[in-house]
Amino acid sequence: MTLAGISLSYLRVRNMGALLNVVVLALAVAAITLLVLTAEQLEERTYLDARGIDAVVSAQGSALQIVLASVYHLDAPGGTMPWPAAQAIAARPGVKKAIPIAVADHYDGFRIVGTTHDYLTHYHARLRAGELWRAPLEVVIGSEVALRTPLRVGSTFVPAHAERVAAHDERQYRVAGVLWPTGSVVDRLILTDLASVWSFHPPPEPDSVLITEPAPDDTRTITALLVQFDTPVAGAALLREINSRGDLQAASPIIETARLFGLTVMGMRVLRGFSLILVIAAGLSLFIGLYSVLNERRYDLAIMRALGASPAQLMALLLFEGVLLTAIGAAVGLLLGHALTSLLGYALRFEQVSITGWIWSNNELWIVAGALVVGVLAALLPAWRAHDTDIAQVLARG
Amino acid sequence: MFHLRDVRHAYNGVDALQIRDWRASQGEHWLVLGPSGSGKTTLLHMLAGFLTPSHGQVIVAGHPLGKMKPAPLGRFRARHIGIVLQRLHLMESLTVARNLQLAQYFSGLGQDPQRVREVLDELGLANKAEAYPHELSFGQAQRVAVGRAIVNRPTLLLADEPTSNLDDENCMQTLDLLEAQARSCMATLVIATHDQRIKARFARQYILARRA
Repeated sequence: MTLAGISLSYLRVRNMGALLNVVVLALAVAAITLLVLTAEQLEERTYLDARGIDAVVSAQGSALQIVLASVYHLDAPGGTMPWPAAQAIAARPGVKKAIPIAVADHYDGFRIVGTTHDYLTHYHARLRAGELWRAPLEVVIGSEVALRTPLRVGSTFVPAHAERVAAHDERQYRVAGVLWPTGSVVDRLILTDLASVWSFHPPPEPDSVLITEPAPDDTRTITALLVQFDTPVAGAALLREINSRGDLQAASPIIETARLFGLTVMGMRVLRGFSLILVIAAGLSLFIGLYSVLNERRYDLAIMRALGASPAQLMALLLFEGVLLTAIGAAVGLLLGHALTSLLGYALRFEQVSITGWIWSNNELWIVAGALVVGVLAALLPAWRAHDTDIAQVLARG
Repeated sequence: MFHLRDVRHAYNGVDALQIRDWRASQGEHWLVLGPSGSGKTTLLHMLAGFLTPSHGQVIVAGHPLGKMKPAPLGRFRARHIGIVLQRLHLMESLTVARNLQLAQYFSGLGQDPQRVREVLDELGLANKAEAYPHELSFGQAQRVAVGRAIVNRPTLLLADEPTSNLDDENCMQTLDLLEAQARSCMATLVIATHDQRIKARFARQYILARRA
């Protein structure tokens, strides 16, 4: 027999009321857990994809679109830039790394991106099977692509593109290698040589009417150039210069994603407010539950005092019950939150985001701590009333 | 064993009880007689330390109860005083055995399942140890309440109207039980009652008059 044993015996008797308290709290905790896990994964994903890329240089257009199209591969590219211009930028002092990107076709919803082996190195992508592309029309596929399509090493496929040059162009890509999961955008891409993309998309024939200056020798184009600078100072100068030229635009992934998150933060705030209301409701339901229980148990409390319990022990009894209920609610809520996050990840499995419920966030400790604080707060007043039980007054009444 | 000295208690300014001097020795069996409203329950509550009189002193086993703080008083009560209430007030959420263990737990003397079994045996409740109070007859529940009062071997056993709901036969059995248990603990027994049937049985009586 302990205070905890007494509390548990009450839970057995008051199971419906206790169940209600636990359910309401579990829902609140689950909602917050879902929110935290999802937000953290989106943020981490965003960070991972843009890590080490100081600037994206592309054709004039919306900076946000450039970043979304060339870093996250979420948007259609707005335009192209001349390959010689890209090479010139790559050769500039102060540029540490420059990776060209040529977005062209797709296969079964996955983008085919022409680039260099540097792209794989940048995202720390390693081969799981096969080898890197050595010749045009050879590709390496990301882990998601391998998972969701029948493509394997040695498979061949015809890219789907509405504007294929010849109607009966039957040239096929061949899968040379498959990558390990990286957790980054690479997982969802089919990567190949720049030459492969160019072979499917030769530059348009010069239209003699519009040409006012001599056509350049090299008319090949790419979608964007991902650039890493030696120092921020060198980068800032180069960015200013590029943006002042008029034909090209340099966008910063950090600035653009911050802007993008500004929009989603509103949605997050609404959800957070909603979960806060759930938490308050959970605290109130617990408070009302314990307070009504106090009335039912006034004789029990008086008897315990008569048997020698100290006022502090009765207080502890009520506090323990509050904490016990919130602890159960928090544990159930965490499990539910992870299950819901998994479910969300499953629902979004064909989208360009990957979310899993199988991760642990340190913020969940704060959620549990917060729930326990709510439990203690809800039990505080009932516990104080129990503390003040007047044996003679209660027993004289019955 | 206990001593009430110049005790007066008032509810809302009206005197409910007045005792000039009442001493009892260890092992004595007393009857407190008086009609309803004469303050019998108030008197028992004072002896148990539930209530501090407005005036005067209640001394039990050498301790003036009015001077003790709630926590030490609780511990003192658990170890020295057993009380059987008129409405038994067993804890409905606990089994019979655990109702007795509860008294051991709050006494801070350690829990002794052997002693609980022994008491239940003595009271003829061995087969009801795992029953819940709502599964018991009144007579059985009353025996559990007696068991809870004596499980810590008190030096003072108090009973409030223990026979008011009982027929003649059960009335005498209950008194036998209380006296036997008090004797086995060498406890002073105080029974408060308005039941005229049991008057003849006790030599020592304290009679409360109906207050105006």
